[in-house]
Amino acid sequence: MAILTKDEAKKILDKVLSYSKADEMSASLSGGRLGNIRYARNAVSTSGESDNLSLSVMAVFGKRSGTATINEFDDASLEKTVRRAEEIARLAPENPEYMPMLGPQTYLAANPYAESTAKMTPDFRAQATFDSLDPCRKKNLTAAGYMEDSTRFTAIANTKGLSAYNRETSVEFSVTVRTADGLGSGYATRDVTDVSKLSTKEATEIAMQKAQASASARALEPGKYTVILEPAALLANVDASLMAAMMNSFDARSADEGRSFLSKKGGGTRLGEKLFDERVTIYSDPTNPEVPASPFGGGGGGGGQGRFNGGSDGRPQEKVTWIEKGVVKNLSYSRYWADKKGVKAIPAPANFIMEGGTQSLADMIKSTEKGILVTRFWYIRPVDPQTLLYTGLTRDGTFYIENGQIKFPVKNFRFNESPVIMLNNLEALGKPVRMGGNLIPPMKIRDFTFTSLSDAV
Amino acid sequence: MQRRDFIQLSGLGIGGLLTANIPVMGSNVSSDYLSEMTSRHSGMDNAAKKRLADIALNAAKSKGATYTDVRIGRYLQQYLFTREKQVQNIVNAESYGMGIRVIANGTWGFAATSNVTPDAIAKCAETAVAIAKANAKLQSEPVQLAPQKGVGEVTWKTPIKKNAFEVPVQQKIDLLMKVNNAALDNGAAFVTSNLFFINEQKYFASTDGSYIDQDIHRIWPTFTISAVDRAAGKFKTRDALSSPMGMGYEYLDGLASEKIAAPNDLVGYRNSYDMLADATLGAKQVKEKLKAKTVQPGKYDLVLDPNHLGLTIHESVGHPTELDRVLGYEANYAGTSFATLDKWKSKSFNYGSKLVNIVADKTQPNTLGTVGYDDEGVPCKQWDLIKDGILVNYQAIRDQAAILGEKESNGCCYADNWDSVQFQRMPNVSLKAGTEKRSVFDMIKGVDKGIYIIGRGSYSIDQQRYNFQFGGQLFYEIKNGEIVGMLDDVAYQSNTQEFWNSCAQLCDQDDYRTFGSFFDGKGQPSQVSAVSHGSATTRFNGVNVINTGRKI
Repeated sequence: MAILTKDEAKKILDKVLSYSKADEMSASLSGGRLGNIRYARNAVSTSGESDNLSLSVMAVFGKRSGTATINEFDDASLEKTVRRAEEIARLAPENPEYMPMLGPQTYLAANPYAESTAKMTPDFRAQATFDSLDPCRKKNLTAAGYMEDSTRFTAIANTKGLSAYNRETSVEFSVTVRTADGLGSGYATRDVTDVSKLSTKEATEIAMQKAQASASARALEPGKYTVILEPAALLANVDASLMAAMMNSFDARSADEGRSFLSKKGGGTRLGEKLFDERVTIYSDPTNPEVPASPFGGGGGGGGQGRFNGGSDGRPQEKVTWIEKGVVKNLSYSRYWADKKGVKAIPAPANFIMEGGTQSLADMIKSTEKGILVTRFWYIRPVDPQTLLYTGLTRDGTFYIENGQIKFPVKNFRFNESPVIMLNNLEALGKPVRMGGNLIPPMKIRDFTFTSLSDAV
Repeated sequence: MQRRDFIQLSGLGIGGLLTANIPVMGSNVSSDYLSEMTSRHSGMDNAAKKRLADIALNAAKSKGATYTDVRIGRYLQQYLFTREKQVQNIVNAESYGMGIRVIANGTWGFAATSNVTPDAIAKCAETAVAIAKANAKLQSEPVQLAPQKGVGEVTWKTPIKKNAFEVPVQQKIDLLMKVNNAALDNGAAFVTSNLFFINEQKYFASTDGSYIDQDIHRIWPTFTISAVDRAAGKFKTRDALSSPMGMGYEYLDGLASEKIAAPNDLVGYRNSYDMLADATLGAKQVKEKLKAKTVQPGKYDLVLDPNHLGLTIHESVGHPTELDRVLGYEANYAGTSFATLDKWKSKSFNYGSKLVNIVADKTQPNTLGTVGYDDEGVPCKQWDLIKDGILVNYQAIRDQAAILGEKESNGCCYADNWDSVQFQRMPNVSLKAGTEKRSVFDMIKGVDKGIYIIGRGSYSIDQQRYNFQFGGQLFYEIKNGEIVGMLDDVAYQSNTQEFWNSCAQLCDQDDYRTFGSFFDGKGQPSQVSAVSHGSATTRFNGVNVINTGRKI
């Protein structure tokens, strides 16, 4: 297993930094195990597991930086990698936006790691797959699914005294169940930190119900409808989504530069303005026990994180409120842009949590006179970045609701809608559930814009 | 994990990407190292590779494999990222290792290792067989592999004129800085520009008796120019009208002979791209976009430029004719297909009008999908997908040929790295040009109420590929045979079969050129691939256009 302890990792990082001849040096050690199993047509199609451990070293001279990586850890290899990073740095062009490295930081105590997930075996994966396949085979339904588990750690340190360590686990599962005649399709997805909280059988049974109930859908006229959007329609593990699109647009620089929905007419940003319904409150918190996340992050000099962007800069992830009662409260900053603007450099969040209500999905359906229940959206793409207008389609379970009851399945729709408009047309929020490492409530939205019909099942 | 990372671009994404994430495989290296490795390949010792491959083939056989193929791969990548006056990032990366795929007990197994030494190779082959045997217990039908006669020891190289990895980094930075300055000098508020270079060095060996050495090059120059009207609180962007190509650095020569003239000073680029000229024109056009008239929704005749139509072909013909989608292997992710086997068997399914002839081709020069052999040792070829409007074939690989009653694979198996398992990926899929002499000027003259669309914009299509919506980079209103001005907020919505049946007129071969998709995603875990789509400018009648403008 390539999961090093905090002490084991620190020993290697300290040695790396001791070889430095650069003005500044940071090193990042990360590794872990990735397992997956994929099935389709009621049989396993691919399955695999890989281990990895890799060291990334960034050397800096003035405003020139260079990065080298290696996966051997003897003294000679470590020193060679340091020298290589230094060579690359000397030859690199100057980055006028380079910011000196941070010193020691204080981090929140987050725990996104579960031993049960770290211990997953190929047999466990096969059993989880069998639990999903077996009920489908018995009902003459066809299942296609995918489960991916990850156990990993990251340790970072730099010559200014910063040091951080985190280990985390996650499991993502999704399944699409189709009827034998191809006229019905249902979907369910789950993601957990602790695999003991995952039941592939429970999720598959929901997908089976949706597949059977969605067969022989009727066509409704496109137009504006009241919709109940399930959490998988708002956020996705595998595709773009309306809520992620919006939260990814909370970058201060784009807003300041006049090319964001958060840019203000005449210049400046819309920070402090009420842009959404007053029930909309969204914050991030790496210590939330339901969606724990790494307590540090933040991009390097370039654009994001990772070895090819110079690694994590080690900024603490704190509890940050992005939207409070409909008002924009914070934007995220690169350290360069924050310095230029003289404000705190809040990094983009590692997770987000949207406050909701206490109603279940069933309660929300019961209180709906006329509307459409949407299981998920698909192929969501930006149409206009100015208004965050997105297009996409419903998929795998779309139903007509009348007088508090699901009446019949309906053909899939294409929508053209902006999450900003959607969060102003809010009717009700349900109880938040975990989706893609975030917490999001199902939402009831009025006047949601469907623009055409699709024959796809 | 560390197997692949993603460059995350903050703010606006760059043109033509699924998301603002750009995959990078393997480890950081220096540009000098890349240059050395890319040159060395020509003199690489294939006898040594053959010895290593044979270790894997023999080890797998001794453990019970009935078929084995081995890929020893070195994947080199150089990506440059700039904005305005500065370089943001330069990525130099190499990924090297071996992937072993076997059939044992009638079931596929796959394992890969970065440790390309005799002991590790034998162990890796053993793991692949063990995985195959474990999964065999869950299978109901054995794999049926279409036969492929061994091709012996052969080599294939992308016929490049200038190896991009041998061009000094400073020369590339100088080009991008000139491009950015051209945009800024002509009124752009912001500009990002990028160069992507890929060299795949692949050695394939199989128990069929093939030992295939290939050296493949790809290039993609691109930019995004932004204009901002702060007083009005508006911004617009215009992406490069380049195409990613299966070429060397010579694509950036900007040869006049490869420019195709079009209305309103527009230029189509065939096999040579003038990045500076496109940035200069782009800056002027993006300012014009800020003041363009908003479109009146309704039915229009569309005149679609090849640099736009390529994506429509990709989404509405390329993906639906992938046999693995048709069969349900992608049901949980990308989806299935409306182009079902019964429609193909009927030999009368009108996918499009009689003018629509669409070919799959892995041999067309300068394109992304062209190689000598695919990743399961099948020689590449060209074949028809749609002939005179009728669906006639699919894209299939060796374990699918039997399902179509075919005796051989179409040769479109691909893995994006040595550590990913090869599967069916899209070949170049292109619309044949018209046989009657016709330029885009001629075509526009015949349109009474239409829109001329250029460049790749927003795109979305359902999971069975019926209903789609496409935007573009530039939209021009056509009235009574003439272009009368620029339009904004344009997207067209249609149904695949209806759309291709509305295909009314084609420009000729002189107008033909390719569009490309550099990081097309498919599969779980997701793999990328690169593919080209050729066409001449084409007219579609009576397509539904919507207005995408909103107020927030």
